[in-house]
Amino acid sequence: MHLKIDNVEFEYSSVPVLRDICLDVDGAQFVSILGPNGVGKSTLIHCINKILTPSKGIVTIDGNDVKETPLKELAKQVGYVPYTSGDTFPLTVVDTVLMGRHPHSRWKSLDRDLDIVYDTLRLMGIADLAMRPFNELSAGQRQKVMLSRGLVQEPNILLLDEPTSNLDVRHQIEVTKILLDLARKKNITIVMISHDLNIAAKYADNMILMYDGSIFAVGKPYDVLTEDNLRTVYGVDSMIIDDEGRPHVILRDSIEDYEEISRKAKNSGVSVPLADVHVLKSGFSDKIRMKAERKSGI
Amino acid sequence: MDDAKVQLREGYHRYTFRKILFIALCIALAIIAAGYAATLGAREIAFFDVYRIIFDHIGGMTYEIGSIGWIDDYVIWNQRLPRILMALVAGAGLAIGGAAMQSLIKNPLADPYTTGISSGAVFGVTVALVLGMSFASSISQYGIVLNAFLLGLAPVGVIVLVSRVNNASPATMILAGIALSYLFRSLSTLLMVSTDADTVAAAYLWQIGTLENASWSGLPLMFCVTAAGSLFLMFTSRQLNILTLGDESAKSLGLNADNYRVLCLVLIAVMTAAVISFTGIIGFIGLVSPHVVRSLIGSDNKYVIPASMAFGAMFLLLADIVARTVIAPSELPVGIIMSFIGGPLFLYIIIRQKREVW
Repeated sequence: MHLKIDNVEFEYSSVPVLRDICLDVDGAQFVSILGPNGVGKSTLIHCINKILTPSKGIVTIDGNDVKETPLKELAKQVGYVPYTSGDTFPLTVVDTVLMGRHPHSRWKSLDRDLDIVYDTLRLMGIADLAMRPFNELSAGQRQKVMLSRGLVQEPNILLLDEPTSNLDVRHQIEVTKILLDLARKKNITIVMISHDLNIAAKYADNMILMYDGSIFAVGKPYDVLTEDNLRTVYGVDSMIIDDEGRPHVILRDSIEDYEEISRKAKNSGVSVPLADVHVLKSGFSDKIRMKAERKSGI
Repeated sequence: MDDAKVQLREGYHRYTFRKILFIALCIALAIIAAGYAATLGAREIAFFDVYRIIFDHIGGMTYEIGSIGWIDDYVIWNQRLPRILMALVAGAGLAIGGAAMQSLIKNPLADPYTTGISSGAVFGVTVALVLGMSFASSISQYGIVLNAFLLGLAPVGVIVLVSRVNNASPATMILAGIALSYLFRSLSTLLMVSTDADTVAAAYLWQIGTLENASWSGLPLMFCVTAAGSLFLMFTSRQLNILTLGDESAKSLGLNADNYRVLCLVLIAVMTAAVISFTGIIGFIGLVSPHVVRSLIGSDNKYVIPASMAFGAMFLLLADIVARTVIAPSELPVGIIMSFIGGPLFLYIIIRQKREVW
């Protein structure tokens, strides 16, 4: 699996949202996308699976242009679990998850599909909910059902938009571990938008830190989560400590005049990241080539 | 572990079986109701004779002209059956249109008229009745039918144009439909206030909907359009399910949400127009049937679509039986009965409802 994002730009009615995105994700791994609200994380994910079409640049998966790939073909390769999901006319859990089989659906495949659904529900620890109506579940259970739907799609790349936001800490860790495990065992690349810096730091193979529509930093957790980066991107003072070889963020305080500082920084052009190819190698190898040299913005 | 898997399979199949049972039950009830409806009328024909006469007719049995058998056959086949069949087809078509529309725009208040079909059709009929203008060469029954059909499709045509130009969301499309409804309604009202009382009454009656004018001549078109549309919606019911997840999720599951929605909107419009141009605007059935069905068998469109169809057919036929018997020998328009029984029934279902289904 080789996901390549080449110089992608995107604008919503001529307001630029993404600029100069270059990224090269090579081999199955667990990638975490970080960044403050409104920075373009979801937009980036939507550009990968054709929900949005970039206004400039090209996205390829294993060399095939995503723009030229039919939706149904793409759905076999790229799964997506949205932040929220409507439940206008709710179905049972089984029927909800079964919908993930749609790109693969054939006549007479129901029993096989049911088996896949069951295996996935068991993996997520919610097999007992199978015949319950989706809308009677708790927020956390719903999120696990949505994740299951993404998994039964059997994609090579799974895009997740804050998949653990409604879960309590134990379930957050549990689900993140399951995802990491999947990336390892089934060779799936998981790209996950996350707001929990520490859980991302603990489990992600690689991280992408976004700022103002661009990639600000990229690489191993220790390269990305630095006190300087967090100050520039999130506007918080923090302290990074080591926890079992992974960085752990201790938040201190928000910076008071952050908005003014960041505006100045943007105007002086200091914080515009270099449009360089960021190569993320598979989590199994330690060889990360990072061409993006970065000086702290502030 | 394998036990659990088998258990899930069996549980799921049982769950599916219950839904199929419900559909079968509706169909059986519709057949019984049809037999009963065919006994209604001046000439007395027994319940079981009705079925025998119909089978004999299909089997090619001929009678000596003027004999009792011949008269029975004539009364059943030419006078009573068209109305029964029209009730079944119209009920099925409107209910399936409502079920699909509610899923398409993710709104439990939607019905087959949500895109403004009814106001366009009313305008067409008013034009025919008041101005004597029609797309057909003569102002006969066909003039009215053709006007209702073509002008009923006008709003959805505009909606499709808007969505192509504007990349509109479902909500925008529906709002465009409402805007057009007001336009057509004002034009109809303008025509109606400028004409005599008899014409107004005729135009108004058409808006309530009746099966009185049923005949064999209208049935083939109505049946073919409804059957084709229903088959398409049944075969794509999975896509309909996926669409209710929202456009983003639909796309990520390999469904081009915009194209599919527009295709379905046009299809529902043609189906609905084909029905109401013969019957007038029968309200309520398209809104209520899918809700009744969902409250009983859940929201999976794979079953909601055929079940709504069976339930709608049965429901409209029952309403028509009531419309014909309640003040016999004269009768009421079925549209009135529909709303009169349907309203309280719907209220009861909403109140009794424990599980959230919409």
